[in-house]
Amino acid sequence: MSTTTDHPTPDTGGLAPDPAVAPTRKAGTRKVPTILAVVTLLLGLRLLTTSRSGDTTFRLAVDSDFAKLPDAVLPSSATAWIMLVVCLALTAEAVRRMLARSHQPLWLPIVFALAWMLGFLSWEAAGSRISIVSLLAGAIALAIPLVFGALGGVLGERAGVVNIAIDGQLLFGAFAASITASLTGSPWAGLVAATVAGALIALVLGLFAITYFVDQVIVGVVLNVLVVGLTNFLFRQVLTPNAESLNSPERMRALPIPLLGDIPLIGPIFFRQPALVYVLYVIVALVAWSLYRTRWGLRVRAVGEHPKAADTVGIKVNRTRYRTILLAGAIAGLGGAYYSLVSVSGFNREMTGGAGYIALAAVIFGKWDPIRATLAALLFGFAQNLAGVLSSIGAQIPPQLLLSLPYVITIFAVAGLVGRSRPPAADGVPYRQQ
Amino acid sequence: MSETDKPQPDDKPTDQPSSVKQDEAPASGPDATDVHVAEDASAAREERSRSVLHEIVSGDALAGVLAVFLAVFVGSVMIAATDQGVRDTLSYITARPSDFFSAVWNAVSGAYSAMFRGAVYNNLVTDPAQQWRPLTETLKFAGPLILGGLGVGLAFRAAMFNIGGRGQMLLAGGAAAWIGFRFDLPMIIHLPLAIAVGMLFGALWGGLAGLLKARTGAHEVIVTIMLNYVAYYFVFWALTKEWLLATPGSVNPKSPPMKDTAILPKVLGDRFNLHLGFVIALVAVAVVWWLLNRSTLGYRIRAVGENPRAARASGINVGRTYTVVMMLGGALLGLAGVNQVLGTVTSGVSVDIDAGIGFDAITVALLGRSRPLGILAAGILFGAFKAGGFTMQASENISVDLVLVVQSLIVLFLAAPPLVRAIFRLPAQEAK
Amino acid sequence: MRLVLRGITKRFGSVVANDSISLTVEPGEIHCLLGENGAGKSTLMNVLYGLYRADEGEIELDGVVQHFTGPGDAMAAGIGMVHQHFMLIPVFTVAENVMLGNETTGLAGSLDLEAASARVTEISERFGFHVDPDALVEDLPVGVQQRVEIIKALSRDAELLVFDEPTAVLTPQETDELMEIMRQLKEAGKAIVFITHKLREVREVADRITVIRLGKVVGEADPKASNAELASMMVGRPVELVVHKDEPRLGADALVVKDLRVVDAAGHTHVDGLSFTIRAGEVLAVAGVQGNGQTELTEALLGLQDDVHGSIELDGVELVGRSTRKILDAGVGFIPEDRQVDGLVPGFTIAENLMLNRSFRSPFVKNGSLRISALRDFAEKKLKEYDVRARDIDSLAANLSGGNQQKVVVARELSRELRLLVAAQPTRGVDVGSIEFIHKQIVATRDSGIPVLVVSTELDEVVALADRIMVLYRGKVVGVVPADTPRQTLGLMMTGERPKDLKDVVA
Repeated sequence: MSTTTDHPTPDTGGLAPDPAVAPTRKAGTRKVPTILAVVTLLLGLRLLTTSRSGDTTFRLAVDSDFAKLPDAVLPSSATAWIMLVVCLALTAEAVRRMLARSHQPLWLPIVFALAWMLGFLSWEAAGSRISIVSLLAGAIALAIPLVFGALGGVLGERAGVVNIAIDGQLLFGAFAASITASLTGSPWAGLVAATVAGALIALVLGLFAITYFVDQVIVGVVLNVLVVGLTNFLFRQVLTPNAESLNSPERMRALPIPLLGDIPLIGPIFFRQPALVYVLYVIVALVAWSLYRTRWGLRVRAVGEHPKAADTVGIKVNRTRYRTILLAGAIAGLGGAYYSLVSVSGFNREMTGGAGYIALAAVIFGKWDPIRATLAALLFGFAQNLAGVLSSIGAQIPPQLLLSLPYVITIFAVAGLVGRSRPPAADGVPYRQQ
Repeated sequence: MSETDKPQPDDKPTDQPSSVKQDEAPASGPDATDVHVAEDASAAREERSRSVLHEIVSGDALAGVLAVFLAVFVGSVMIAATDQGVRDTLSYITARPSDFFSAVWNAVSGAYSAMFRGAVYNNLVTDPAQQWRPLTETLKFAGPLILGGLGVGLAFRAAMFNIGGRGQMLLAGGAAAWIGFRFDLPMIIHLPLAIAVGMLFGALWGGLAGLLKARTGAHEVIVTIMLNYVAYYFVFWALTKEWLLATPGSVNPKSPPMKDTAILPKVLGDRFNLHLGFVIALVAVAVVWWLLNRSTLGYRIRAVGENPRAARASGINVGRTYTVVMMLGGALLGLAGVNQVLGTVTSGVSVDIDAGIGFDAITVALLGRSRPLGILAAGILFGAFKAGGFTMQASENISVDLVLVVQSLIVLFLAAPPLVRAIFRLPAQEAK
Repeated sequence: MRLVLRGITKRFGSVVANDSISLTVEPGEIHCLLGENGAGKSTLMNVLYGLYRADEGEIELDGVVQHFTGPGDAMAAGIGMVHQHFMLIPVFTVAENVMLGNETTGLAGSLDLEAASARVTEISERFGFHVDPDALVEDLPVGVQQRVEIIKALSRDAELLVFDEPTAVLTPQETDELMEIMRQLKEAGKAIVFITHKLREVREVADRITVIRLGKVVGEADPKASNAELASMMVGRPVELVVHKDEPRLGADALVVKDLRVVDAAGHTHVDGLSFTIRAGEVLAVAGVQGNGQTELTEALLGLQDDVHGSIELDGVELVGRSTRKILDAGVGFIPEDRQVDGLVPGFTIAENLMLNRSFRSPFVKNGSLRISALRDFAEKKLKEYDVRARDIDSLAANLSGGNQQKVVVARELSRELRLLVAAQPTRGVDVGSIEFIHKQIVATRDSGIPVLVVSTELDEVVALADRIMVLYRGKVVGVVPADTPRQTLGLMMTGERPKDLKDVVA
């Protein structure tokens, strides 16, 4: 009576929940109200246990803006309390909908998040000025490589190859970009080298994971260590003695887009970026579209869900997987170039700081979907930047708390507490042809 | 045979072709072919079901030796390729190839003899005790590697992948340090207390991943990776709070040094850095060996790792076993962290106290094939790499990071014996 | 399309799965490949479909020799296959599944989903399939999923259709519908290969029958041949399963099940209000087509199902809500239906497997450590007693033949002190010698006064072992009848029909 569609059973490699212990009860519809209630409670506790006075100034413009928006000056305490009330009201609405068993609309958590953040910021930044533009632009800056990495991760895993080696791809991309850009004098050549470097790591991953059936998690972890060792070694032996010729690339400058870049608020955040960021916009759109709307995407997803079924309709499973992870590696490698060509000019030891693991978190929190993963990466970038901004204005929120947020959220996500993530069915399972 | 359909026995899908013969194996007598045919069948089945961990746990010794050889060879190429002398001779290689080859030889042999001097026996000093000092350094570095390898390997035996070594070590190290510098106690209480508290924190952090897997099905790979970072930021935060780990009056994220009563004593006198941590590691090897091979808990761990469904049907609580095994693994990795804080770096904890051992432990467990004695050997080998690597960097100016490369290459080659065989053109070994 | 297979040989290592098989299939004909499980039918079809490469022999379509390098080639040549385990992607829609590998695309490789939907609708209407092209496959009933497989083949203009054990997962009604579809396809001029081991279906639709045994063609049979003839060709020996057993000496009611209901994680009810009693010294055999709640029933008895309602009392002790460990300790012996999945740890030795459900207390455990010598003595003894053919007690379970693996399971279960034995498919995939041995052990258990529940989809086994037979259909009891009930009646009951004059027997 059960369906007999032949699901590949994930063994040691798969990331699907273990059937031997997987939970049997479905999560209810209580998630949204529960989360809202908890988060509201946190804000309430913060407001009750500390006190603030004065005003909070939100800067909405930057000096170079053509048409400047005025600063918004809000009374810190009153704003925070009002927003707390708004949050309470939204939570009540969510509870009402839960009790009425009706649908939780998407606007509810979005409005909630905005209100909560406004209340929180005005409270924590009492008496200071917060530049909304630099808060958000900084978030984007931190999120760019994460988005690249997350897209690489999404693509690979949709094809059934777990990519723990995102960090290695970013790092190797950064390394190759810096050397090549220094040697050729062209950052564009650096970008090309970064894609090749990322794809090269993917090729090694594929060789072991696809051709030799080695556990993909093991290969990924070991590849990361390998790339750290390799780049550290070469950095010390080759780059440092020849820093002038090998490790001083030209930095990619911001390239404002006419008109779009002049839109208040939006322009400085999104459209006064270096070319690499515009490339990313295009890649996100392309990946999202082609994964769901093209023959290529259909086949990639088929290979990741049920490789044997794909094989029986004449799709070359392992060839498809190789191609997909090479592309994925190239994208992740490109993200690495952001570190050595945009953030700073030049490569440095372990300069990704484990960002690949946050990208992996974004893949999972984004439920293996390119758009959601991009949003998750942006959220994680925001959390990181918020930590920096708050500590720079002397807020009393420990930055480490915010920095650990992406990881905590991801744990909640895989544990099914904030929306269960279901990986592609054959994720991490090598395909053996008879 | 009746009108009703003949039932269908275990009609395994066609991807298990050998079951064909197996099910039809003639039952006429206790003939040898019966067993033989069945073994063919099982080879195919095993290969299918226990793909990777099986390869790692039972690959042959030759592949291991060849993997080490290959990795060292690649390391040699890297040394030669980045050596200034080699590059100088390369410019006139067609004119005087011998110069080039002797330069390569000098670079490579210089590096490896430096490693040997740093890891085993130093012939450049005359004091016999000092000559063998490098060996004690190797054992000092091996201690936490063995402990960590045991922690990761134990989880492997339950088919769980503990990538959370770093977090477990950090948290355990932080907790042990807190006990170690904050209290004034007699050594007989202070040291064991610090060790125990460290292990406890490691166990809790590891157990959390096991518990989440048991209760929600969350994959331990993802959870332990994430917990690494949570622990990192937690210890980072603790290093800013004076009631936790921060040094009063200092902005450096580093705790005060350990009290003498909480420091692992040196075992060969003060001339050698080798401390009790290595002895603890040896004891841990024995305990884990007993646990896996002689205890009922270990029996259940292995049963769950090999076939969780059969274990469940036999009344073994699979989820609880996952939790317990991750707690034990976490405790062992915690012990590795304690070893660092109370033994190797007693000047206080910082966020890099784990020194990469959390990840090294994975390679140790893999090279040791998740067997306690294998892990002991692998830990000592990698300890020697570490000790030798530092000497190599100091005397030959070759980055110690080379060790990381060689180490990860060994594991990669080891994990794919067919690749190694292909490189050495050995006959493919089918269904051994 | 006319298919000719000539001398196909396929080996896996030293095992010959297909031994020089030759076969001809004409267009507009349903050609049955009949054979026991493991006879090599599926291997042959996978060779035909390009999934395996034959070691010898050739495939000819309409007079042209083919060289398939993969399923893609076979499909292009006009071969369609309905796999036993559906080759469908659960999270894709019907249209996506049908178009996969054969996509119509527009600009820049974009998918033309509308064209695919239209194609599905067109084929679906032509054959009266009633399939919604936009439904997700995972939401469809099994029978409909199978039709999607057929549409998939037809959408590629397949002229030769291979059905690999298509009825294994179908209800009798769905089976009848499938037979009708096959006849329709035949009318449309398609050549059809129908692989099965079910005689009733063969006799119903086959135009020609080829019987395969042990990888070889045994011969062709006439569709009008009797069941006995077909069966003896198929198994190569006169089939007779007789278990000698005395009249039961019945004791008190031992196992009392009341209103048992088992629900799975997806909310489907598999066992629906089951009530029955087994007395001490009695074998109650459960008959039914696979997938009618038997698995869930045995798992519920062992505490392996999570959502169980009702009551299971063993000697007055309630078992529902207890952990598997407590149930085992209460004296329930369990021979699971798939020993490889639930019964054995393949990487463990025979000795280690013999203590699998006694890892918590004596006799093999003392103070948390294993009593290795006690275990070894025990294993040596059982190896002899149960005639397990292996090198020694340190042989890995994975290296034993099916029959010997099952004997290890039986030895383990019967050497505990039992108050109930639950034996699910106790002789599935086991050689004849072992079958006899295991049956004897089950009868001996019953004669020692222990209640036994046997679950088998094999009617012969049910009849041979039962003191009473309980027939299950869709998780409900159709009836409880004496062991000497005519097979026709039992067969009817297995389709859910209850004869009017039937009276349940109470032990």
